[in-house]
Amino acid sequence: MVCEMETDQIEEMDVEGLSSMWPEDVGTQADNQFNVGDSDTLKEVDIAEKHTMADLTRLPELMNTTDQGSSQLTNLVRQWEYMQDHAVRLLREELKILTRQREEAEAKELKIIEEHNFESQEPENVPVLDETSHLFRRFRQKKRDELVDRERVVIDEEFDTVAYWKQKALSLEKMLEASTERERRLIEKLNESLKTMESHSAPVEELTQNLKRAEGFLHFILQNAPIVMGHQDKDLRYLFIYNKFPSLREQDILGKTDVEIFHGGGVKESEDFKREVLEKGKASKREITFETELFGSKTFLIYVEPVYNKAKEKIGINYMGMEVTDQVRKREKMAKLREDNAVRKAMESELTKTIHITEETMRAKQMLATMSHEIRSPLSGVVGMAEILSTTKLDKEQRQLLNVMISSGDLVLQLINDILDLSKVESGVMKLEATKFRPREVVKHVLQTAAASLKKDLTLEGNIADEVPILVVGDVLRIRQILTNLISNAIKFTHRGKVGIKLQVISQPSFANEEQKETSVWICCDVYDTGIGIPENALPCLFKKYMQASADHARKYGGTGLGLAICKQLVELMGGQLTVTSQVNAGSTFTFILPYKVATSDDHSDDQDEFSDMVDHHQPEPDDTTEGYFQFKPLLGSIYSNGGSVTGNNFLPHKAMLTTPLKLTNGFVSDPSSNTGQSETVQVENGGYMDESRQNCCPESAHQYGNGNGRCSSKESESCSSSQASSEMESELTVSSPREEEKTETEVKETSQPKILLVEDNKINIMVAKSMMKQLGYTMDIANNGVEAINAVKDSSYDLVLMDVCMPVMDGLKATRLIRSYEESGNWEAAIEAGVDIKTSENDQACVPPTNRLPIVAMTANTLAESSEECYANGMDSFISKPVTLQKLKQCLQQYLQ
Amino acid sequence: MELVQMQKSLQDYTKSLFLDGVLDSQFLQLQQLQDESNPDFVSQVVTLFFQDSDRILNDLSLSLDQQVVDFKKVDPHVHQLKGSSSSIGAQRVKNACVVFRSFCEQQNVEGCHRCLQQVKQEYYLVKNRLETLFKLEQQIVASGGMIPAMELGF
Repeated sequence: MVCEMETDQIEEMDVEGLSSMWPEDVGTQADNQFNVGDSDTLKEVDIAEKHTMADLTRLPELMNTTDQGSSQLTNLVRQWEYMQDHAVRLLREELKILTRQREEAEAKELKIIEEHNFESQEPENVPVLDETSHLFRRFRQKKRDELVDRERVVIDEEFDTVAYWKQKALSLEKMLEASTERERRLIEKLNESLKTMESHSAPVEELTQNLKRAEGFLHFILQNAPIVMGHQDKDLRYLFIYNKFPSLREQDILGKTDVEIFHGGGVKESEDFKREVLEKGKASKREITFETELFGSKTFLIYVEPVYNKAKEKIGINYMGMEVTDQVRKREKMAKLREDNAVRKAMESELTKTIHITEETMRAKQMLATMSHEIRSPLSGVVGMAEILSTTKLDKEQRQLLNVMISSGDLVLQLINDILDLSKVESGVMKLEATKFRPREVVKHVLQTAAASLKKDLTLEGNIADEVPILVVGDVLRIRQILTNLISNAIKFTHRGKVGIKLQVISQPSFANEEQKETSVWICCDVYDTGIGIPENALPCLFKKYMQASADHARKYGGTGLGLAICKQLVELMGGQLTVTSQVNAGSTFTFILPYKVATSDDHSDDQDEFSDMVDHHQPEPDDTTEGYFQFKPLLGSIYSNGGSVTGNNFLPHKAMLTTPLKLTNGFVSDPSSNTGQSETVQVENGGYMDESRQNCCPESAHQYGNGNGRCSSKESESCSSSQASSEMESELTVSSPREEEKTETEVKETSQPKILLVEDNKINIMVAKSMMKQLGYTMDIANNGVEAINAVKDSSYDLVLMDVCMPVMDGLKATRLIRSYEESGNWEAAIEAGVDIKTSENDQACVPPTNRLPIVAMTANTLAESSEECYANGMDSFISKPVTLQKLKQCLQQYLQ
Repeated sequence: MELVQMQKSLQDYTKSLFLDGVLDSQFLQLQQLQDESNPDFVSQVVTLFFQDSDRILNDLSLSLDQQVVDFKKVDPHVHQLKGSSSSIGAQRVKNACVVFRSFCEQQNVEGCHRCLQQVKQEYYLVKNRLETLFKLEQQIVASGGMIPAMELGF
């Protein structure tokens, strides 16, 4: 018992749900095993008896030899015995009754005889026995008949004579005979009755009926169940199968093994499983998927139990399979769904993480940009103040300290600007502009600017191939930024020899996209030097942020390590490529290839490029736009040598002055066209520093030198652009000496003062700006709104307009648009159309189109990108964010007035 | 009061104005613009600012008390006030104006009323503080002292 329980437990642990469907104790009772109930219900059910197939010779044998078989037989026999006993008991009881009746009858007969012997007349005997007994009635009837006979006999003869006795004896003998005969018949009948009873309750019939019922019940239950049952012997040959595959015939299955019957996946497995069960002797369940030719892909849950004979030897297995294909499919589907779900969830969380990281990065970048922006303002304040401080009287040491302070401040400013640039490019905020420009001029000015701050014995050269178009379209500011960056980089790492720029047109590179292929000319720009070069292993990280070729270099040469990264990003933003080749101690060449649209040169007037301003319309210089070679050699005898001609220049006398030894190594004097001489002269006169404030006075000095041809706007703009460039580069030269400034002021007076117009409606702002201008040495006119500004611009020629954006009557954007429209068309019609009351002045020159673009600088309270973009879109050149500070104003004036 | 002490307290007072955020660096710009040729520049500008602002605030109060508020009228006033307060460095007034303008944009009368109160409050604060500052300066000047230059590195 304990053992049994153990196995049960084990089985339950091994395979779920192996416990019997029915309570264990059911079925031990013989009459309960096939508890069919009312067998009539089964009669109505159509039971198809086609599924079963059995080896009939072996099956009884199996029944006899196995435990299960014998127990079933035992049950049947016991049942039969029980019924038999019952029948026998019934018969016995009947027999007993009959016997008793007979005995009573005999006793009564005897009594009657005796009475006959002693009484002649005898009353009719009233029967007391059970009248229901048929036999007894018959017997009584007969007895009555005899009594009548006997009475007749008695009447015939005379009493107590021989004949009488003889007759009596004879009749008694007859009666006895009849009685004996009756007895014999009764016995016969009894025997007969016993015999029929026996034959009626024969066990075979009973058993057959029970078996039939059981089978019928099984069929009833199983006829539609997706269940296959079978018995296989210990060689796993089928002896019995129920619900086989329809197309298989008896001979196909019986006596054969699974492997012999079926072919395909799963068959071997099931066979192995059965064998395993047979060997281990433990019933178990397994799910097996079959992939057979016969019935395709089906999954069966198979239950196999070993079968033992009475000697406890294994003789085979019982097996039951239920088709669970759909369930398995569903289950697999569920599992798959669950898996998919899990994967999706994982992906989701991964994505969320990525988004989070990206957001964090963006936020960090944004914060960096914001911080940089925030730092920039106070820092420019610091640097500005330091610059103002440097205009005060200082001793040599103080000045030195101050210079260090300013240059450090500038470096930090540069770094912050770089970071802002980078974050702009990275965040995609940076927009490229398409403006027409002359590549030759750009190269020339970049070199010029570089030469301006050159402190080394280096030759700067520019070489532009003939086929490079005169006018192309691109983002000139960014291109300049790249060139300036590369050139200053080259100069930084070059101690002798030369640094140069070479421009040539190349065929379309492989990385060009479709759009570029159509409209572009590809220009390859080499920036080469004869410097220290870059070791090969340092090349890969060269364009990475904050990286320099080595820590040594960083220490020695300084710099932010952002310059090249920005260059690369800018070049790529413009659809080009930046590469580098280098040889240690021989030099490096940075090459960038960019696509440009070729501009048709006939629409010059539309040219918005600041450099085109430099084309001197009053003094045509045909060579300036086409010359292909420039060279700047500071500190050498000839400061400037130009491959092109310098015809039409009436300042030749001053050129001689250039050869006078100068302390200055100043590049901006190298412009061949006009005012180099003057500025040099001034320098010589002042014998001092070269500085930006000095540049301010260039135009004036030109005036003084008396060529007297009216406004010198072209020269102004020329020097303006060059100094703008130089301010991009270095600001060490921006330190101005107060002495010079004063001198300039007194020298120049009103006649040469640049004319500045402030358009502003706020009195306080006007007051502050005016005071600042005064401190910077300028005066200015005031207009209170856009309309006044237009009238002011019409009446006198200004060199710079500072324009508030938000104003009553007419805002700055509209006023600027109208002024630009005038510059293009030469008339104020657009303004008149817009409702501006144009007052005609006496010396009306309005019909003459202006030759130069009037620099208009916006003053805006919003420093957001949209706002500045709006300013640019409306024709403004630049903007100052409010509140205006001395520093911002000074920078602006430097940019536009020199 | 001792001159040195007065100068010290002026410096402290000025510093507190910056620390409280009543003024920002733009005010330093004004101070820089004040020199021998224009010794009263700061107080001139500030006085102008007071006059201007008094008028603007008055106008704003009137505009906002109208049955139907014309935001096209209100906004330029606030813009004006923002511009001038930013120019003299009255940053708390300026910041309040920024909020004010955003309410103007939303045409939120309720918000505008609140902002006007806020702006007024900030304006009277800066006015009060600056007047005190000028008084202190005048006292120093009257005692024959110099106005100490502001430290740049606050």
